[in-house]
Amino acid sequence: MIRGTIVVDTQICKGCELCITACPQDCLELSPGLNQKGYRYAQLKNDTCTGCVNCAIVCPDCAITVYRQAKKPRSVAVTA
Amino acid sequence: MKEPDVIEGMEVVYRKPQTLTATPMHYCPGCSHGVVHKILMEVVDEMGIQDKTVGVAPVGCSVFAYDYMNVDMQEAAHGRASAVATGIRRVLPDTYVFAYQGDGDLAAIGTGETVHTVNRGENILMVFINNGIYGMTGGQMAPTSLLGMKTSTSPYGREAAVNGYPLRITELLAQLPGAYYVTRQSVHTTAAVRKCKKAIEASFRYQTEKRGTCFIEVVANCPSGWKMTPNEANDWLEKNMFPYYPIGDIKAPKQ
Ligand SMILES: Cc1ncc(C[n+]2csc(CCOP(=O)(O)OP(=O)(O)O)c2C)c(N)n1
Ligand code: SF4
Ligand code: SF4
Ligand code: SF4
Repeated sequence: MIRGTIVVDTQICKGCELCITACPQDCLELSPGLNQKGYRYAQLKNDTCTGCVNCAIVCPDCAITVYRQAKKPRSVAVTA
Repeated sequence: MKEPDVIEGMEVVYRKPQTLTATPMHYCPGCSHGVVHKILMEVVDEMGIQDKTVGVAPVGCSVFAYDYMNVDMQEAAHGRASAVATGIRRVLPDTYVFAYQGDGDLAAIGTGETVHTVNRGENILMVFINNGIYGMTGGQMAPTSLLGMKTSTSPYGREAAVNGYPLRITELLAQLPGAYYVTRQSVHTTAAVRKCKKAIEASFRYQTEKRGTCFIEVVANCPSGWKMTPNEANDWLEKNMFPYYPIGDIKAPKQ
C-alpha cells in the first residue's frame, strides 16, 4: 500500500469539512482546539493516508499540502 | 510563497500553486469561489502563462480576486467585467484574458455586456459563478435563483408569477454565433473539480486559436447565503441545482 501524509496550514484552514467528506480513507477529523480565526481545523486521525490528494483538490483555501512515499526513499528538495 | 516542509522519504504531490498569492482568502468556509480561484491559477501555472495572463475581477464576493490571483488583474464596475476584458484583449491580442463574475454581476446588472461580448465573439474566457443568489450583499434573489428558493428578498420562495423564471443564461449564450466553447461545470467533488479544470485548460488553449468566446458556468455553492453547512450546501446543489442547470458541454468545438 502506498503511504502518504498531509500537512494542514492550521491558521488558513476554516474547518469547512469538505476535505473530510472527500477523503476515501476516512483519515481526517476536526481538531478539538481552535485556530486564531476561531475555527476548528482539519487534522489526521490515523495513519491510513495514501497521499491520494482528494482532500487537497476540494479544499477552497489551499490549506493542504500532500506528500507521498518517494520512489526511492530519500529526502526530496522541493521545487516550485 | 511559503515552501512546504521537507519530510524524510516523502515527496510533495500537491501544494498550493505559486500563481496564488499568500494572502488568505476572505470567503466563507467551504465557498466554491476559493476552489475556482485555485484551479484557474493551477492551469495558468501549469501552462506557464503567468506573465501573459490578465484577469478581470467583478463586484460581488469575489471583488478581491485580484488580491489572491498572482497575475495582472483589473477590477471592473458591477457587471462590466466582460466589456473591460474585451478592451484588454483587443489592445493586447496575444494575452490570455479572463473575466470572473458571479450571477448577480453577469446575469443581472451585466446582462447587456455579457450578451454583446459573446455575440461579438471576443477571444476571452468568461468564468461564471452561479450560486443562485447575491452572496456579497446578504443573500438576495438573483435571476438564477430557483423557483421556490428562499432568499432574503423572496422569504416565501421565488414565484414565477411575480419574479419570473430562473435564467439559464448559459444556454441562451450558446445560441450566439460568437460563442465557441460553452460548458457548465461544478466543483463540489474531487471528480467535478478535475473536469472543471480540464474545461479551463481547453478554454485557454482555444484563446490562441481566436475562434470566439469560451464560457464556463460553474454551478457553485453559497453556504452562508443558503444558510447551510458547506457539506449540506454541496448536497443541496446536486439535488436542486443540477436538475435545472445540468452539467456538461452545451457547445463544444468540433475536433
Ligand atoms: C452599480 C451597483 N449596483 C449594486 C451594487 C450592490 N451589489 C454588490 S455585489 C452585488 C451582487 C453580487 O452577487 P453575485 O454577482 O451573484 O456574486 P456573489 O457575491 O454571489 O459571488 C450587488 C447587487 C453595486 N456594488 N454596484
Ligand atoms: S491525501 Fe487522500 S487519503 Fe490522505 S488525507 Fe487526503 S484524501 Fe485522505
Ligand atoms: S477543506 Fe481545507 S479549509 Fe476545509 S476543513 Fe479541510 S483543510 Fe480546512
Ligand atoms: S456569501 Fe456565499 S458566495 Fe460569498 S463568500 Fe460567503 S459563501 Fe461564498
